[in-house]
Amino acid sequence: MELEHQCQCAQIDEEELYPKLIEMIEQHKGKPTELIMALHKAQNLFGYLPKKAQEIISERLNVPISTVCGVISFYSFFSTVPKGRHSIKVCLGTACYVRGSQQTLERIEKELDIKVGGTTEDRRFSLDVVRCIGACGLAPAMLVDNDVYGRVKSTKIMDILKKYE
Amino acid sequence: MIRATINNIEVEVKEGTTILEAAKKAGFTIPTLCHHPDLKPKGSCGICVVEVEGMPSLKRACMTEVVNGWKIYTNTPLVRTTRKTIVELILSEHDMDCPTCIKNGRCELQNLATMLDIKDIKFKNNEKKKKRIDDSSVSIVRNPNKCILCERCLQVCSDIQTVNALALSQRGSETIITDAFDVGLGNSVCVNCGQCTVFCPVGALYEKSDIDKVWDAINDKDKHVVVQEAPAVRAMLGEEFGMEPGSLVVGKMYAALRRLGFDAVFDTNFTADLTILEEGTEIVTRIKEGGKLPVITSCSPGWVKFMETFFPHLGEYLSTAKSPQQMFGALSKTYYAELKDIPPEKIVSVSIMPCTAKKFECQRPEMTDSGYKDVDYVLTTREIARMMREAGIDLKDMPDEPADEPMGQYTGAGTIFGATGGVMEAALRSAYFLLTNRELQDVDITAVRGMEGIKEAQIDIDGLKLKVAVAHGLGNARRLLNKVTEQLKNEGKSEYHAIEIMACPGGCVGGGGQPWGSDMARRARRGETLYKEDKSLPYRRSHENPSIKLIYERYLEKPNSKKAHHLLHTHYFKRSIIDGKVINEH
Repeated sequence: MELEHQCQCAQIDEEELYPKLIEMIEQHKGKPTELIMALHKAQNLFGYLPKKAQEIISERLNVPISTVCGVISFYSFFSTVPKGRHSIKVCLGTACYVRGSQQTLERIEKELDIKVGGTTEDRRFSLDVVRCIGACGLAPAMLVDNDVYGRVKSTKIMDILKKYE
Repeated sequence: MIRATINNIEVEVKEGTTILEAAKKAGFTIPTLCHHPDLKPKGSCGICVVEVEGMPSLKRACMTEVVNGWKIYTNTPLVRTTRKTIVELILSEHDMDCPTCIKNGRCELQNLATMLDIKDIKFKNNEKKKKRIDDSSVSIVRNPNKCILCERCLQVCSDIQTVNALALSQRGSETIITDAFDVGLGNSVCVNCGQCTVFCPVGALYEKSDIDKVWDAINDKDKHVVVQEAPAVRAMLGEEFGMEPGSLVVGKMYAALRRLGFDAVFDTNFTADLTILEEGTEIVTRIKEGGKLPVITSCSPGWVKFMETFFPHLGEYLSTAKSPQQMFGALSKTYYAELKDIPPEKIVSVSIMPCTAKKFECQRPEMTDSGYKDVDYVLTTREIARMMREAGIDLKDMPDEPADEPMGQYTGAGTIFGATGGVMEAALRSAYFLLTNRELQDVDITAVRGMEGIKEAQIDIDGLKLKVAVAHGLGNARRLLNKVTEQLKNEGKSEYHAIEIMACPGGCVGGGGQPWGSDMARRARRGETLYKEDKSLPYRRSHENPSIKLIYERYLEKPNSKKAHHLLHTHYFKRSIIDGKVINEH
């Protein structure tokens, strides 16, 4: 009973998730055109796309592994390296860029000591850039997980990130 | 019929004709780059653009069908500027070390730059980073710095061969054609067929060369270097020296090899005949004793790796006979070594192949039954031509010389191994004899010849209706074997007794080591050359070859004997569909 009260998110062994993955992608079996949907599910499950998950999807959907890798590399949404518990996405669309989101980005890189595409050592944050999230009126904008922040000033960054443990 | 004008010249063409084809008919060549006659037009490069009167934008000639009444212009200022700009942009991203490029003088991009009169490189990408050259494969080298992303290699690897070793990866200016996980072709499902090297218009894909090692062996006074040449090489080597496609150069080839410095010049055709005796006996035994049927041929190493990767359940149906190359290698260091009293460790066994997968085959760890590496080095037709040119040998000027004994004599059955259907035809000529003790009178089994993707034939042998099938190109092989797999699963047996598979379209005459700039028509002409040679030879059945009779008499005893099994037969593995590595033995 005690176990139920423990946070297990960090302890879950990737190996244990594979049977779940197979179950989740069962409906896409033998359907190569549903590759992206299967990849989405896998990325949600693991937080990224481990090599073994790519291999399972290739085999189950009957898509050559070279194609699976190619598709993953095409979309910036997909990642083949582990992601942090929270994702920061800084918008570098035209409006945000003009309003100084590049400085916001540089500040985050400096504060968290990571580069774009990277994850902090404690796996708390991953940092990525996006091109326009449709919040141009709030430029410069950024996303932390599913929360949108507008008119982000680089001095306020750490106050925002504090909320995410 | 459709009427149109091209540069004001009237043409009448069939419905469905592309502008490219119609222009040819009107006497105009439209430049192309990604286009290839054996591939579906994709229009990825945009070089072939033309103007059509009344149309707002330029049309790609390779994939636009002519419409009745169209006025097409292939040589306007707009067309010329557009084409030039496209080539200039490609060149801005391209490695410009042409003089040392393997494709120098045979490069389609180089030809195009000449054709379009491009005199300087207007755009320069100074921030371009060098990409890693992939030399992980024993057969094929991939240099992404030369790649122009025309996607011909992808088309042949995916659509024609259905191997799918390559895919487009990344995007925008980072786009690259690479294997899964970008770990190199040597760590992928690539079967080494080398069709990508044949279709690449530039120097981005080519064979891994063993030329230097062969020169070293030839120059080493202590080594006895023997050479064998595959059946198909005699029908394509001439093209490397400007001869007509399909020229038969067998005598000149022997002479040139001797002048290069090889100590003994033999012929793979001899062991092709031997393969027929071993494989034919296996077919007959399996039919008589109720063994696994169909017997599937095993002489194409691209096909063997394909089977191990994608059809491992068919491993036990493959003939256990080694390929002619490997039979020759094993015998060169045993039979020949003993006969000539040369220590086998001093023999270097070289083979000249129309094939890149043979480089992989000779490195398979099990191919050491002589106690040594049976075949030391494999050179493609292109490589041996380079060596000849370097040595100042022009094949055209060579006299006709014979091969050396005791492994140089061959029959017509041996020579047709080089064309699709040839192995099956040769096997049937001898199987008939082995089953009935009588000779097959009409040895021309034309049903299995030609460029049809999958061919079938039925031969009546004293009431036994022997049904055979032939497939060439791995996509065709996949279709045929899917059918066979279904039959085995549902009915417990297949309708076929024997199946020939060749990895490359056209068979070995269309191999991954053939001269650059080939197409299906050229592959067919080489095949016809081999059938012509077959017809001209004194012996046309493998079992009639006096040298083959002799080797059984004095060394191998009889087909499928214990000694023959040890030296001339092999076994297969199951491989991963992710990285092509061996999972387990069959």
